[in-house]
Amino acid sequence: MKKLLFALATSAAVLGFTAAASAQDKAKICFVYVGSKTDGGWTQAHDIGRQELEKALGDKIETQFLENVPEGPDAERAIERLARSGCGVIFTTSFGFMDATIKIAEKFPDVKFEHATGYKSAPNVATYNSRFYEGRYIQGQIAAKISQKGEAGYIASFPIPEVVMGINSFLIGARSVNPEFKIKVVWANTWFDPGKEADAAKALIDQGVDVITQHTDTTAPMQVAAERGIKAFGQASDMIKAGPETQLTAIVDTWGSYYIKRTQAFLDGKWETTSSWDGLKDGILTMAPYTNMPDDVKKMAEETEAKIKSGELKPFTGPLKKQDGSEWLAAGASADDGTLLGMNFYVEGVDDKLPQ
Amino acid sequence: MGIVEAILLTVITAATPLVIAALGELVTERSGVLNLGVEGMMIMGAACAFVATQLTGSPYIGILAGILSGALFSLLFGFLTLTLVANQVATGLALTILGLGVSGMIGEAYVGQSGEKLPQIVFPLLSDIPWLGPLLFKQDMIFYLSIALVIGVNWFLFKTRKGLMLRSVGDSHSSAHALGINVIRTRYLAVMFGGACAGLAGAQLSLVYTPQWVENMSAGRGWIALALVVFASWRPWRVVVGGYLFGAVSISQLHAQAFGIGIPSQFLSALPYLATVAVLIIISHNRRTTLINTPASLGKSFVPDR
Repeated sequence: MKKLLFALATSAAVLGFTAAASAQDKAKICFVYVGSKTDGGWTQAHDIGRQELEKALGDKIETQFLENVPEGPDAERAIERLARSGCGVIFTTSFGFMDATIKIAEKFPDVKFEHATGYKSAPNVATYNSRFYEGRYIQGQIAAKISQKGEAGYIASFPIPEVVMGINSFLIGARSVNPEFKIKVVWANTWFDPGKEADAAKALIDQGVDVITQHTDTTAPMQVAAERGIKAFGQASDMIKAGPETQLTAIVDTWGSYYIKRTQAFLDGKWETTSSWDGLKDGILTMAPYTNMPDDVKKMAEETEAKIKSGELKPFTGPLKKQDGSEWLAAGASADDGTLLGMNFYVEGVDDKLPQ
Repeated sequence: MGIVEAILLTVITAATPLVIAALGELVTERSGVLNLGVEGMMIMGAACAFVATQLTGSPYIGILAGILSGALFSLLFGFLTLTLVANQVATGLALTILGLGVSGMIGEAYVGQSGEKLPQIVFPLLSDIPWLGPLLFKQDMIFYLSIALVIGVNWFLFKTRKGLMLRSVGDSHSSAHALGINVIRTRYLAVMFGGACAGLAGAQLSLVYTPQWVENMSAGRGWIALALVVFASWRPWRVVVGGYLFGAVSISQLHAQAFGIGIPSQFLSALPYLATVAVLIIISHNRRTTLINTPASLGKSFVPDR
């Protein structure tokens, strides 16, 4: 009996293997999402990228995704499951999947991994990121023109370099227009909690700011801004629906072109470990239409966008001082990517103590 | 509007869903049933209330849909734990997970739509009282309901015969059964009341707090409501105190940050929880009063021995 069972099991395994082999005519490209694919922000932007990939290369590949995967030990299991199921490339789309991605990549040297916004790579792990701060510089300039009070509110999530970089870039942009400009920073200590994000927006507005921007994932702050009749910026996705008369512009993540480029490289057998950090000029980041602002402000924003795209303008260019007044960048010098990716200090003028 | 008034208004909005959901769970637990599915019922209420409002154009139908969906969803819990005598803790947790999933499906087509905010009901004259007027008499219907619920639940539990029966079921289901009280029916009703309240709290989230639907939007408020019940040592008025204290600390920490007080934000974010722990220690230092209020049969399944 035991022998019979064993025979059955092995033949099933062989069958399973052949089935998997025949399915490999089409390469499988897989995605791991931290949120739901309809979150209206971060994850939705990745999923739109996946759909574009399917549209572009649908005859050669199929895609698969796992949503709502929590960061931490569960992520390892999810990624491993995908790796076992025969995925050719696995995109892990959240900072917190970094260690899990590296660990599973060691176990599956033949599978290619791509981790978003992290800094650890391996022979089969590439990293990719977007220069969100370029968009925030433009936002800062717009805020400085729009605000009557000369002060903007900033709803931040967690004090990681990505977010700190955004705050700095926003302020540098704003001060390039109004050297006296100020920002009030409120840390929500969450990426996703509509109620808390709304509370933070209310607190900022009650304290007198008339423009807010956010580095959290839901449209709740936009809604509060609309209700109170002030202006706001969207994040990750175009949030114009939440504030048709409120949104000035939004930083929109457009990952599609990257996903297509990398999958094509994989299909051609030319996939290599890279560390990609593209921005406005590469189309991985786009600005939502400039709305609800006077024409001259719109013109300024478009000019700045063009200058960033052409490389003429780099947001982090000296002379710049750190918050404590010490010199950071001499006139004309630009910050290197390493400093930006590890940014753990404010520039001069940020009226907040950076949580350490 | 002064800044203090503005803060208080925000606190009321933040505290209302906690108070409502906790009151419902309090009644459920007073009958001896521990339903850990508050988060799941709340998120169901939020989804159904939003979808119903979008479909009919009336937020009041939305409120009704929220209440009904919460109650119906809790009925599932009731059937499993009371009729089939399944483990309450496991079933409650399953209810939360199920609720998060099902609500995501219900609301999928509505993500990103901006909803109509529940209109305010202004009491003439009363709302002109300086300070208190705008805070207490210029609010939405769910806020008034929350006040009515506190008074109603307190009166029902401690001033009526039915309330006494419900508490006796929670304290000793065997004795209550011997006295001829229908334990299972009482518990079914208590569970459904808890579900209805959680659903109403959810409706507040998607119609008042942030008039929109996104998956997972309750973001742990159901769990805070559960903790509030213990915090309140199963007394309705203490739920109000706890809910508003929690709301006040979490809102003022945001204001403290915006004012630029140099305290680490992680510490400030932890403050509401620290405050809760501190009050809990003060309340529970007298063990006897805590024991008197704790339903003795809490979480224990009841199988009638005929």
